[in-house]
Amino acid sequence: MSDSPTDKNRREFLSTSVRYLLLTAVAAESWDYLVAGTPEAAPSYHAVKHWWAMAIDIEECIGCGNCVRACKTENNVPLDPWFFRTWVERYHVKNGEHPDVDSPNGGYDGFPEIYPADDGAKSFFVPKLCNHCAHSPCVQVCPVGATFESPDGVVLVDTSYCLGCRYCVQACPYGCRFINPKTMTVDKCSLCYHRITKGLTTACCETCPTGARMLGDLKNPKDPIHAFLRDHKIQVLKPQMATGSKAYYNGLDGSVR
Amino acid sequence: MSEEGKGPFRNTQHLLRMAGIFAVGILMFVVARAVLVPEGFGKYGHYRAPAIDDNAAKPLSFAGRAACAECHADVVEARAASKHARIGCEACHGALSKHAADPTKAKATKPVAATLCPVCHELNVARPKTIKQVNSAEHSGGEGCDSCHAPHAPEL
Repeated sequence: MSDSPTDKNRREFLSTSVRYLLLTAVAAESWDYLVAGTPEAAPSYHAVKHWWAMAIDIEECIGCGNCVRACKTENNVPLDPWFFRTWVERYHVKNGEHPDVDSPNGGYDGFPEIYPADDGAKSFFVPKLCNHCAHSPCVQVCPVGATFESPDGVVLVDTSYCLGCRYCVQACPYGCRFINPKTMTVDKCSLCYHRITKGLTTACCETCPTGARMLGDLKNPKDPIHAFLRDHKIQVLKPQMATGSKAYYNGLDGSVR
Repeated sequence: MSEEGKGPFRNTQHLLRMAGIFAVGILMFVVARAVLVPEGFGKYGHYRAPAIDDNAAKPLSFAGRAACAECHADVVEARAASKHARIGCEACHGALSKHAADPTKAKATKPVAATLCPVCHELNVARPKTIKQVNSAEHSGGEGCDSCHAPHAPEL
């Protein structure tokens, strides 16, 4: 047999091709890790392998305000009582009447009792945060691409690119955005992106004493959020807006807006 | 020159001039685009891809209960059989990532039971009945809850 490649027989050609194909695949897969240099610097978080969501159990929420305080601490949210990345509302619904809703300082200081014990009304707490919509209205209106749905399903803000034009603040149907008075850029729940990418849970979930909030990864088949979504009657806020909201509520009353 | 020429290429000079103007225009566009569009814009969508890393790089305040358990296994054990076992340490003790990073520098403070416990356990009509609630003024008369209840295992 001569050395000319055209003279190689089919078996030899196929086996060489397969070998090179495999080597290419291995090289492509390991490239990021090799480039990183040290094992510590190697990428450990792959955004496309996650799809984050939040499950909220209204029947478990006791209105302690731990989540509100923890969120402000973790994310340097201004302490003024009108800036919140997450807050808790108290609903007081008498049969057939318009519901009374209050949220003193967003629930930061808890909820001092203002209702009598036996007035025949139903009363409950509703924690709120960014719904991390899959088809987010706030992302659609941003004129410069400073807010976006990340590949792992979190609506994030690029503060170095935000103009502070406030379009997104008006577009959010859930009132989850505000202009940070220090940076004059938009601010909102990032689902503690700096925590969840390190394998930790969000600050609000970390400090919730009853487990009323549960961060979940919908792409992880072993995540307990699947059992939660299966075992409860789930609703999202304003489903008619078709935002693809990923804040899943159990026990959401029809009076909640 | 080409003006005297015949056939389809008799006006080459006009065409060359136009081509030159187009080339300059395209070059200006390419240069302006390279200067104005930030790095990584459009890699995943209509946004700056490095903004994802910016968001992930923010510092932590809460260390997480796993970090606490590394040193405080005795408390984890004390809480194991209690109803308080599922509560994160920092829910009561506050954000302590500095303490977790260097226990000698940042010290945890002991919360005051008389003001901390009512945050969850004070009577409130909106509170689900599944959680134990008391009127703390009547229940203990202002005395610290921890004089009877151990906070890590409050069952008597």
